Amino acid sequence: MLSFIARRIAAGVPLLFVISFVTYTLLSIPDIDVARQLLGQGAPNDLVEAKNKALGLDRPVLVQYVDWLAHALRGDFGTSWFTSENVLVAIQNRVPVTLSLMVGVTLVTAVAAFLLGAWAGVRRGAVDRFVQMFAVAGYALPPFLVTLVLVLVLAVQLGLFPAIGYIGITESFGGWLSTVTLPVLSLSVNAVAGVAQQVRGSVIDVMRQDYVRTLRARGLPPWRIVLRHVLRNASAPALSVLGMQFVGILGSAVLVEQIFGLPGLGSMTVAYTTRGDIPVIMGLVMVTVVLVVVVNLVVDVLIGWLNPKARVA
Amino acid sequence: MSETAPLSAEPLSTGVSTVRRGGAVRRLLRHPLGLASSAVLAAIVLGVLLAPVLSPQGPEVSSLRDAFAGPRAGHPLGFDSAGRDVLSRLLYGGRNTLSGVLLALAVALALGVPAGLVAGYRGGRFDAASSWIVNLVMALPAMVVLLASRAIVGPTVWVLMVVLGVLVSPNFFRLVRGIVVGVRGELYVDAAKVSGLSDLRIVGRHVLIVVRAPIIILMALVAGIAVGLQAGLEFLGIGSGDLPTWGAMLNEAFKNIQRAPGLLLWPGLALGLTNAALVLFAAALRDVLEDRGATVSPRRRRTPVEPPRSVAGERAELLSVRDLAVSYGSREVVRGVDLDVSAGEIVGLVGESGSGKSQTAFSILGILPEGGRVSRGSVTVRGREIVGLAEREHRALRGDVIAYVPQEPMSNLDPAFTIGSQLVEPIRVKLGLSRAEARAKALDLLRQVEIADPERVFGMYPHEISGGMAQRVLIAGAMSCDPELLIADEPTTALDVMVQAEVLGLLRRLQRSRGLGVLLVTHNLGVVADLCDRVAVMSEGRVVETGPVAQVLHEPRDPYTRRLLDAVLDDAPAREPWTPPADSPGSPGRPDPEDSQDPKDSQKPKDSQDSQEVAR
Repeated sequence: MLSFIARRIAAGVPLLFVISFVTYTLLSIPDIDVARQLLGQGAPNDLVEAKNKALGLDRPVLVQYVDWLAHALRGDFGTSWFTSENVLVAIQNRVPVTLSLMVGVTLVTAVAAFLLGAWAGVRRGAVDRFVQMFAVAGYALPPFLVTLVLVLVLAVQLGLFPAIGYIGITESFGGWLSTVTLPVLSLSVNAVAGVAQQVRGSVIDVMRQDYVRTLRARGLPPWRIVLRHVLRNASAPALSVLGMQFVGILGSAVLVEQIFGLPGLGSMTVAYTTRGDIPVIMGLVMVTVVLVVVVNLVVDVLIGWLNPKARVA
Repeated sequence: MSETAPLSAEPLSTGVSTVRRGGAVRRLLRHPLGLASSAVLAAIVLGVLLAPVLSPQGPEVSSLRDAFAGPRAGHPLGFDSAGRDVLSRLLYGGRNTLSGVLLALAVALALGVPAGLVAGYRGGRFDAASSWIVNLVMALPAMVVLLASRAIVGPTVWVLMVVLGVLVSPNFFRLVRGIVVGVRGELYVDAAKVSGLSDLRIVGRHVLIVVRAPIIILMALVAGIAVGLQAGLEFLGIGSGDLPTWGAMLNEAFKNIQRAPGLLLWPGLALGLTNAALVLFAAALRDVLEDRGATVSPRRRRTPVEPPRSVAGERAELLSVRDLAVSYGSREVVRGVDLDVSAGEIVGLVGESGSGKSQTAFSILGILPEGGRVSRGSVTVRGREIVGLAEREHRALRGDVIAYVPQEPMSNLDPAFTIGSQLVEPIRVKLGLSRAEARAKALDLLRQVEIADPERVFGMYPHEISGGMAQRVLIAGAMSCDPELLIADEPTTALDVMVQAEVLGLLRRLQRSRGLGVLLVTHNLGVVADLCDRVAVMSEGRVVETGPVAQVLHEPRDPYTRRLLDAVLDDAPAREPWTPPADSPGSPGRPDPEDSQDPKDSQKPKDSQDSQEVAR
């Protein structure tokens, strides 16, 4: 198992390098005169040149990248060009918000999707049709539209939750819960729909397997067969869908954080990308890719734990 | 937004090759969801195309006097915060939104489909490289990349839509590549190659036809995703600025959510309706192509079981079947089956594939597949009628009175659990033994089925053992609760000849030492001659002849039995009577790592498919 994890991590590292290189190069192509933006349009040319030199922008792009990489490998992601914040500190301040959302969505999705999917796959009939309809509807609606509707109904009309703002979990748990519930709910609809659909499909597949018939022939009670054998075998494909959905959830979080005014990585991305603040964008892209790689690793480990055959591959 | 398509068209690949052309469009329009979604999509496209005609005024015309004004004559949807006509902005906005999506789709198709075709058809280095790139692109959250690219290219929607196209192209690549890899192995493609057609022609004639329908479905799904992403970008206000789009309208409405929440309604509805129509269109098209438009509801109507029409002859104490009929819906697949098995007796049930042997066995066990039911007859086990018995009571008989040895050893073990835990579970549940007692019993069972190293096999997973060993494990499982009647469904068909003899020998020894009654389902007359005391011959769902083995095999009365016997090659050397395997020490059942990697394993998916086919 350890060597399996090591191999998976080793596979993720080149991904980080390639993405960092591609992103840096692409970001450097447009001729945004950062120094002039910082100093104002009327700044004298010698001051602008001095600023460019100070930022290291007078060097070739490749040299800039290698310099960035050398610092990044030591954990130094530089400072924002526009706000002089330390990039790592700025990101660290915002990670808990986004992570709250991600963990919440994953939990809600795992529980709700498995319940709905297994229910539909085992019972079939009317229950199945109901779950399928929900899955199609939940999948069809763009998450931010779902968010808008939820805000309109639950926050603006009924006033059950604050429509905007964030309270840290360390400040007040109740406050945190009230600010996080709606965003998590809005992000979950899409993920639950997708994963429930997969759980349903694989439960139906597993129920048709020969070994399930043999287990029935051994006289085991049906609920035991479903809980112990069917769900375990059906969860591997469902988990990989959940892993893939995670990338999408991360993207949707950008919109949802913006709508709820949550100070997370998503709203940070919106704020900094519009100005072309390369150190901050690089830091954000790296954090995102690391998150994706880690989540995929966790999913792979879980699948390996569930399905002994996958550990070999 | 989710770049992954959980409703992705991949599972389609099997159904689509049988598409009947020409009728597809007509059948789509006859499908209720297909008709509704097509109509909505057509209405949206038409409305957007005719925007200049339908709009009361230009999308940018504003008069602050009308800000937030409600509907009135000529302006059915009212005005927004800047006093612009909502209907006009909706129609013109749809133009911008939908043409952006079309651009993204075109880019995604142009990149994904050819690359997928080549990667799937050629394989090799191009495949490896492109798959790597695709995985890389799929690891990136589209929204973050779009935001980053906006920093690069500036706020031009069209360029962002090209980037979006690149980001969703992996969906098409993976779909096409997957299908092409499947098709490449098909015989008709081999035939085309042999007959000297160029690769280009083969791809054009045989491969494109197969991928066409799934691509249309995926296009609808991806269009839905793209509409959402595009609107999301505009909603963030980082799109094109003043251009009216649905996303921009939502943004403007959201800013005024406290003052005029109704403004969210129309752009939200337009977006939701477009997306839902696209997804439903995809779902309907898939239904139509897979020909499952008329969904059969598995509603179980409890039709009463008819009593047997005749209960002829003396009934055996252990198992006695009279006039058994098994139906799927209104179709009878087994009818009029009479069988008797006494303790200590091996009865063969022979017949060709599809003659209803397995269905008979399953109905005795009460494990008929979904949709199947016993529709007539009487089955007694230990003198007790079990037809019409509550599932709970029937279940109580399984395992400790009637046991089952399946046909295909590898697919009948749960791949997620060790051999040991699969043996221990029924022992604990059915006999209520403690964990340690159950473990001791399981190890003893493994010893009884002549597995050389029980401790080691106990901790192994099914994929780590050979087919012959798996069948021994399944026999051990069947014996685990000390049954009186064993139903073995072609227990050796999937094994190679040497292992077959060993397993049959094992079955016979267990049967003798425990005094078991055995119903042996087989199509192998040699096995019947070796092992059975009596035999019943089945054909087309009926038992055509029953009797002692010697009589049935030497003086068959029924013409079908005679044909069956004639089909055995006369010129082939006669099979020698079965002898116990020469006491080659340890050869049976020693865990052999090489054994488990024999080519049989690689064919497993196919085999299990076959066995399902048989079971159906």
